[in-house]
Amino acid sequence: MGSVTATVAPPTGAHVTPWFRTFGAIAAAGFRRHATYRQAAVAGLCTNTVFGFLRCYVFLAATGAAGTVAGYDRAQLATFVWAGQGLLAVIAIWGWTDLADRIRTGEVAADLLRPVHPVTSYLATDLGRAGFASLARLVPPLVVGPFFFAVYLPRHWATVPLFLLSALLAVVVCFGCRYLVNATAYWLQDVRGPMILWTLGSGVLAGLYFPLGFLPGPLEAVLRYATPFPSILQVPLDVLVEREPMSTGLTLIGVQAGWAVLLLALCRLVQRRAERRLVVQGG
Amino acid sequence: MAERGSAPGVAERGSAPGVADLAGLRAYRALLGAQARSQAAYRTSFVVDLVGNVGATVFDVVTVLVIFGVTRELGGFTLRETLVVVGLSSCGFATADLLVGNIERLPRYVRTGLFDAVLVRPLGALPQLLLMDLPLRKLSRAVFGLAVLLFALVSADIDWTPGRVALAVAAPPAAAVFFGSVFVMTATVSFYWVDSGELANAVTYGGRDFTSYPITVYGGWFRALFAYGMGFAFVSYHPALALLGRADPLGLPSWAGWAAPGVAVVAAALAALAWRVGVRHYRSTGS
Repeated sequence: MGSVTATVAPPTGAHVTPWFRTFGAIAAAGFRRHATYRQAAVAGLCTNTVFGFLRCYVFLAATGAAGTVAGYDRAQLATFVWAGQGLLAVIAIWGWTDLADRIRTGEVAADLLRPVHPVTSYLATDLGRAGFASLARLVPPLVVGPFFFAVYLPRHWATVPLFLLSALLAVVVCFGCRYLVNATAYWLQDVRGPMILWTLGSGVLAGLYFPLGFLPGPLEAVLRYATPFPSILQVPLDVLVEREPMSTGLTLIGVQAGWAVLLLALCRLVQRRAERRLVVQGG
Repeated sequence: MAERGSAPGVAERGSAPGVADLAGLRAYRALLGAQARSQAAYRTSFVVDLVGNVGATVFDVVTVLVIFGVTRELGGFTLRETLVVVGLSSCGFATADLLVGNIERLPRYVRTGLFDAVLVRPLGALPQLLLMDLPLRKLSRAVFGLAVLLFALVSADIDWTPGRVALAVAAPPAAAVFFGSVFVMTATVSFYWVDSGELANAVTYGGRDFTSYPITVYGGWFRALFAYGMGFAFVSYHPALALLGRADPLGLPSWAGWAAPGVAVVAAALAALAWRVGVRHYRSTGS
């Protein structure tokens, strides 16, 4: 018996409108699915708030008498922390094992039979999820933070749209990383090892535990331009608090876009390689 | 629980109470042994887990070091002094996380109905849950936490007296008991609210982060709530002050550090009470 390719050939040029419609429908489904977990969202918000207080106090203590540290003043740090706690849920940095679970159980076979490429359909679902999270999880910390800390409000009108663009790219870059980590299940079955490495590495290198500006300058530069990690959290936050001139912000968003394209291409490549060796157990 | 009989296939038919207790003990040991064997069966996975788990605690300490890279003191404390606080906190937390931390899976057990199976077995529910997946991979974390504490104690220039030696020995287990109680107490919330997992994280992991720094860095009602409302000040901050021989900038008398074991005992009693009430309240999800 000859072999068959599981993924159906993607629709080409003339089908752009239906493609967008499908993408939109999957994203809307992702939004609705996560909108049903309201209690979990509330519980998550409490956690974000507690960590907002903890990180904010610690970083503010580090500013000392000078009132600034690593290019942030006290208000900028406060915004950095509280927006970061909200963004954390939007990019869903941890805890996504849907794909790995489906690969392990063999349910991924159903994904491969659909006329939409798996990377595309998972990305659409994730963008829908991020859409709900940006309403339910990003807005509340941005509202709560200013009640207790002096926060920094952007001075330039273009900062807010740039922040939104940067946050969107951050979701895509983070999705790409998570997809690759999950896809190791095609080879390893058990993804706990890669998942632990991702959880550890992403938290530190993305700027969650401390702003990467606290590190020596050259080290921060290497992380920013040569790894995707700052692109998933630190970059949108730096754009929001206008830590650097607008031109640097635009460059960093360009770097994010580069990582987004590169990672999605890599996801598709990995997916194609994986489908060649995937054996779904059972009948 | 010993009178209710013995675990099938594990313990012998003991009729005298003493024998039954022994049988229970043997059952627990069998559970633990099975866990150890099953976790060590996939050796590579286990080693990766050991390394990965130590990583989390390493990064907590690295964070403190990085922050001290941009400032000379934090809340009026130097790096060496802060490391004593960090050491007490991470040693206590890692030990509690190893022994009791898996209770945070309780929401899943409640949702899937596994907790029903646990309840019908003739052994205590809490020890069973803890032994059912005792995460031996977290051993590396506890060892690292202890190493940080020892390093901090050696490098902090402590004026050792018999009393301080006793406190240095008693404070880490007290911190572990305290964190363990917090783990149990927050997990019992899931008897009432299944989706509360993240809420528990706010107190357990939030408490770990809170106790990693001198409480002088925090302010206002937030400090009052975590430090004295929940008692986290007695985990690492006050014992560290007593060890270092420093007066509390916030004005509590110096004996506060010695209260740590007492606070831990009170927390454990409250946790036991909360657990009992929670189990009584438990209604199976029915599926």
